[in-house]
Amino acid sequence: MTASSPAEPNAPILLEARDVVKHFPIRTAQGRQQVRAVDGVSLKVRTGETLGLVGESGCGKSTFGRCLVKLIDPTSGSVLFDGEDITHMSRRELRSRRTGFQMIFQDPYASLNPRRRAAATVEEPMRTHGMGTDQEIRARAIHLLQTVGFDESYANRYPHEFSGGQRQRLGIARALALSPRLLIADEPVSALDVSIQAQVLNLLADLQEEQKLTYVFIAHDLAVVHHIADRIGVMYLGELVELGGSTEVYNNPRHPYTEALLSAIPVIDTDTEVRERIVLTGDLPNPIDKPSGCAFSPRCRYAQDICRVEKPLLQIQLDGREVACHFPVATGAK
Amino acid sequence: MSEPLLEVRNLRVSFRTRTGTVTAVDGISFTVDPGEVVGLVGESGSGKSVSMLTVLRLIDNPNCVIEGEVLFKGNDLLTMSDADLRSIRGREIAMIFQDPMTALTPVYTAGWHISEQIRAHEKVSKKAANDRAIQLLTSVGIPNAESRVNSYPHEFSGGMRQRVVIAMALSCNPSLLIADEPTTALDVTIQAQILELLRDLQSEFGASIVLITHDMGVVSQMANRVMVMYGGRLVEAGSRLDVMREPAHPYTWGLMGSIPPTDGTRAVRLAAIPGAPISPSDSDRDRCLFAPRCTFATDSCRPQPGLIEHRPGHSDACIIPFGERAQRRTEALAPMRART
Repeated sequence: MTASSPAEPNAPILLEARDVVKHFPIRTAQGRQQVRAVDGVSLKVRTGETLGLVGESGCGKSTFGRCLVKLIDPTSGSVLFDGEDITHMSRRELRSRRTGFQMIFQDPYASLNPRRRAAATVEEPMRTHGMGTDQEIRARAIHLLQTVGFDESYANRYPHEFSGGQRQRLGIARALALSPRLLIADEPVSALDVSIQAQVLNLLADLQEEQKLTYVFIAHDLAVVHHIADRIGVMYLGELVELGGSTEVYNNPRHPYTEALLSAIPVIDTDTEVRERIVLTGDLPNPIDKPSGCAFSPRCRYAQDICRVEKPLLQIQLDGREVACHFPVATGAK
Repeated sequence: MSEPLLEVRNLRVSFRTRTGTVTAVDGISFTVDPGEVVGLVGESGSGKSVSMLTVLRLIDNPNCVIEGEVLFKGNDLLTMSDADLRSIRGREIAMIFQDPMTALTPVYTAGWHISEQIRAHEKVSKKAANDRAIQLLTSVGIPNAESRVNSYPHEFSGGMRQRVVIAMALSCNPSLLIADEPTTALDVTIQAQILELLRDLQSEFGASIVLITHDMGVVSQMANRVMVMYGGRLVEAGSRLDVMREPAHPYTWGLMGSIPPTDGTRAVRLAAIPGAPISPSDSDRDRCLFAPRCTFATDSCRPQPGLIEHRPGHSDACIIPFGERAQRRTEALAPMRART
């Protein structure tokens, strides 16, 4: 645990992923092949903390997020919520556990039923789980809508009457309906305008403080993740390449990919000189045919022969950071 | 001072709809000098794209009412004949669109897109046009351009597609390039590649660029001058350093306060702007349009404050006395205190 985390260093582990793998079989001209979307990710999330997952599109972060709440079944590996393995549970057992973890989706347009009013959207999970009488459920729905900043007059509106930011708040209210302990937020702000993005980020921070929520926050924007998360995990081609405290990872990246990702953020600079940047060449390799050795080696500026042959494992460095690299960037060299 | 390349005078664009008139652009005036990179910033619906589409007369809607003047090298693009405009569009002024997938025709090759544009404006053989296409693809950093010239759009990744679109735009050596959110659809690492490419090409070809974006960071990396739009009006305009160091308008403060700090510090909360962006169909327009979301709004925010130049080259439309701006700005950004 790092110094930047407000969560108790010894807080109980709420969520644990053990070597989660998700391969999608596809048919190509070359015959049957596997898209290796998630390729062995293990991590732990402690109660009350926010874990941020970053990576470019196609790195498997969303697929991994969906595996965490068992919206899709991992090919192998297991996910433990509150010490219980949810990957091998029966549907009935899983259903009773679902109240503990909920998801916020990226697209506030596609993730709401256009024919259901705001209050009904928030009520549905409570009805499914039989949480009280109709009146109790309605009262709680109104309360939840207020929590995310809507007054009662919004309760009977349909999704099309809401703006993008308002819809995302509605999605958050729905996710909170079952009083979950863990929220998986998959790119919750990337579809929103900057001024609205800030409102939603502030709302998520307030909710965490009030309700002691644990978040897994998935995004491609490192600045946003650095802002909201206590710890950051960086994913590349379905693998975790770096994991550590938010401030530490942001200010002193150890994996060359994290370093390049950080360097790519367009910083508002007030200097006359435009700073030197590390520009990655090429695109993300195909997850069907991953490079041998370190998956990042073809784009890495420090790559040596060993990187193309031997795959580096995620190892704990002296400073407590976990890095999967044969030649981690030195501490203090930004 | 040389004559401006592009001069927009009091441009107003409105649409007649069933529920009334919608004003997308509400009387904006600005100039673009030769070789200059101008950043046009604002949120969705602020009129930044519509205003630049109007410059090229690309809005083909009978319910669209356009007023004002758009002078390019002294000629008004809005009143010019279609034939004259055709000789300017694509050759003198080129455009890069946000979505590189829809900007390319899926049934034609990358080379076809580029040669078609060259042959539309110049009398050259197909062979010569194809050779130029290969050259252009090489200069935008596409490896193996000789073979890639025959690839179809779906065979390129998003970043590579955007490079093809840029090569198309550069094919006739334009003096003005309008880039409408050229990197918004791309990943950060690819965005960095494309911005670097645009910077290199700009210094090589010397074209002026109008860069439309909602990202203050992108603007600060690229532009010499920044214009901030809200509700179809310019609320602030100035050199990059002036606007980034001492933003003058409360909306610009809000935009900057909404972005998580990138200097390595962490904020507890962001200084977000309350409320939602003003709708273009809002008919109450004789006031500062930002007033309903502004913490400093008073009765004096009505009627509409004009764009006033408080310092040479730095103007804004706000009634707060210029001397009090620094202090108000500190107040506005106060919620963004650093995490301890």
